[in-house]
Amino acid sequence: MTAPLLEIAGLRVALPAGSDRAHAVDGIALDVRANEVLCVVGESGSGKSLTAHAVMGLVPKGLAVAGSIRFEGRELLGMAEAERRRLRGSRMAMIFQEPMAALNPVMRIGDQIAEVFRFHGRPDRDGSRTLALLDAVGLPDPALIRHARPFQLSGGQRQRAMIAMALALDPVLLIADEPTTALDVTTQAQILDLLRAIQAARSMAVMLITHDIGVVREMAHRVAVMQEGRVVETGPAADVLGRPQHAYTQRLLAAVPKLQPRPDRSAELGATVLEGRGLAKTYAGRAGLFRPGRRVAAVAGVDLSLRRGEALGIVGESGSGKSTLARMVVRLVDADAGTLTLAGVDGNLLALRGRRLGPVRRRVQMVFQDPWGSLNPRRRVHEIVAQGLLAHGMDRRQARARVDELLALVALDPSSAERFPNEFSGGQRQRIGLARALALEPELLVADEPVSALDVSVQAQVLDLIADIQRKLQLAVLFITHDLRVASQVCDRIAVMRRGEVVEAGPSAEVLFRPRHEYTRLLLASVPGRGVGEETGSA
Amino acid sequence: MRILLFLGGWLVKAALILLAIVVLNFCLVRLAPGDVATVLAGESGAADADFLARTRAEFGLDRPLPAQLATYVGNVLSLDLGVSYRTRRPVADMVLERLPATLLLTGTAFLFALGVGPALGVLAAVKARRPADSLITVAALVFYAMPIFWVGLLFILFFSVTLGWLPPFGMRSLIPPSGELARAIDVARHLVLPAVTLGLFYVAIYARLTRGAMLETAGLDYVKTARAKGLPEWRVVTAHILRNAMLPIITFAGLQAGHLVGGAIVAETVFAWPGIGRLAFDALLQRDYNLLLAVFLASAVAVVLFNFVTDLLLRIADPRIGAAGG
Repeated sequence: MTAPLLEIAGLRVALPAGSDRAHAVDGIALDVRANEVLCVVGESGSGKSLTAHAVMGLVPKGLAVAGSIRFEGRELLGMAEAERRRLRGSRMAMIFQEPMAALNPVMRIGDQIAEVFRFHGRPDRDGSRTLALLDAVGLPDPALIRHARPFQLSGGQRQRAMIAMALALDPVLLIADEPTTALDVTTQAQILDLLRAIQAARSMAVMLITHDIGVVREMAHRVAVMQEGRVVETGPAADVLGRPQHAYTQRLLAAVPKLQPRPDRSAELGATVLEGRGLAKTYAGRAGLFRPGRRVAAVAGVDLSLRRGEALGIVGESGSGKSTLARMVVRLVDADAGTLTLAGVDGNLLALRGRRLGPVRRRVQMVFQDPWGSLNPRRRVHEIVAQGLLAHGMDRRQARARVDELLALVALDPSSAERFPNEFSGGQRQRIGLARALALEPELLVADEPVSALDVSVQAQVLDLIADIQRKLQLAVLFITHDLRVASQVCDRIAVMRRGEVVEAGPSAEVLFRPRHEYTRLLLASVPGRGVGEETGSA
Repeated sequence: MRILLFLGGWLVKAALILLAIVVLNFCLVRLAPGDVATVLAGESGAADADFLARTRAEFGLDRPLPAQLATYVGNVLSLDLGVSYRTRRPVADMVLERLPATLLLTGTAFLFALGVGPALGVLAAVKARRPADSLITVAALVFYAMPIFWVGLLFILFFSVTLGWLPPFGMRSLIPPSGELARAIDVARHLVLPAVTLGLFYVAIYARLTRGAMLETAGLDYVKTARAKGLPEWRVVTAHILRNAMLPIITFAGLQAGHLVGGAIVAETVFAWPGIGRLAFDALLQRDYNLLLAVFLASAVAVVLFNFVTDLLLRIADPRIGAAGG
């Protein structure tokens, strides 16, 4: 057997003094062979991304890297910087998670690619090689894209451009750091297809960093599982995914949300709580003095109804209008048209203004996507949770007692009340957000992507918690998500949105297993690891 | 086509803004107690109520304020800025006469600041947290914090009085040397101290601004991409970091350029530079409203004009601006 293309042995990356552990990467060993896809999978903080950066020589200054990284038989650590620079972009290349951020915003796509040729001594004078690359990654009209700037492309196109740039000099090793995490599920499926095709066509080695087991199922020949800076399990994909040995791998696999609709609970549901008809919102771009603004129909005539104790999932990709819809329901965004009625409130909810909104705000609460941005960092947890109670006139002592109850409800230690949000992990913060939303005993909870910023194992816990609380409190939940798997776990009914319209709605099992609309079928087919997942799931 | 629309829109906006400024300035100067009549009366030493009334009637100051405003705005619209109450000369002439001296001073300071400041900022950012960075950062803080008049006085004390290298005030020697070149050198020697004094303040701001923007940009993903492409470090710094860090610098340069006409009052006063700033200062003391308003207007025109140039440059530097929504 030939020697591996990349051999990592005893690699350590030290963290600055005072971090929660001494080494971000703690003595790992990994091989990547020619013409294979190695998936390095792990949750945030596992050191997987830093390992990739260490291979590229892109570890931030100040973090000491020790051990051995051999590439094509040569030791990389300790190699002269000029030498390493020559390897980067020519023999090994890297693509990143957020294609918008990873491309220089003011430079044309073609120039960013031409740069690779130019600074590795092989200038692309007539631009023919750049055009060929753009064509090879499936970009429409390469001649046009070459002169475009990143903001003029869609997310998927940007990632294709990134891939084109990485392929410029035929690298033997491609490192992809969460290449599809920031993309919509249908775009993700296309990019994964592209990566697979390119890998096979060029016999390239790919080191794919991901947190998504679905992506691993789709792509991996071999898998390495990382946890807290160590590789806990490594082996052929079928073995690791099918017969996981390490406890952590088993937990990780068990936490992956499955397309498994919630049992039918229609008997438990109460009267209709929320009823919306013809909800619409159009955004107008800023108009100039002489030019009309661009108009985008974010939500174009949506009907919805929600019964007590029911969870309705609104599923869609970015730009589908699902978040706008959620914001309309909680009245953070003013609707242009439509009626919305809440049980016990007279008249159209959308027409209420000022003080008359008060009682509605109490009964409709929201949980936000970003657990970092949605809690005031300078307020203690009990202040955050009690704010609504105090605003609605409860006295301090009572409010404090209620906070303790709420923290217990979301399974947080009562001592959490005295701490600040930055002392909590993402999952814990989302629990705090949930406690805050539940403080006023709302009848309707609107959750906008509440778990999409969380690691899978934490995601599973928070989803269980939401489902549990929902049952306990007979809460109506409007659950916004881009992930069909997540929706299937907590929602009784699912509505699929595209370009501001609901294309299909029905009980979860119907939508998931007997989709009527072609777009729903496309979404389902795009869920990564689905085909492969079913086999191992039944095994 | 798009640029024409941009230009047309800007012209309309600029006209409205300038009109508003004219009205606002007019009201503002009238807030100060006293008028030109009281100043003249004070100077003549033996003035009675009759003299005051006559002077006021002569300049139209006895009419109700709204009527005076209407007359003034009408005159400005027909490009007549009026005559000075003191010298009886058209104020437009007086302003234009002083303008070159001010532009010479502020323009030199501007170029000096723009040439030196960003360069120091880049150096500080590249050597971040090393001695060179500390030195630049501290020096920038000192010159940013010290009042301009104080720096000016220190410079005069050191370079003119102690060392005797450069003339301390004025724009020309009392007896100008003969010959074009010699006269130009004479003015240049007079220019050094005020321009450096005024410029250092801006150098400090540019250095701090550039350093901050560079460090912020250096942490972004596309800089990592540039390194991952195997680009040499100088290319990463110039094409990827500096190119994107330039936007705040352009924005601030636009602000400074707006002060080219009206922003040198302190420096002109300290160095007795015969520019527009001192003209305004004198006009204010003497309640020479027409003159003061003319200086204000000239300064406002400069601000609006350079704002436009800045907008245009930003659009070129960052294609995303103006593309959104259009």
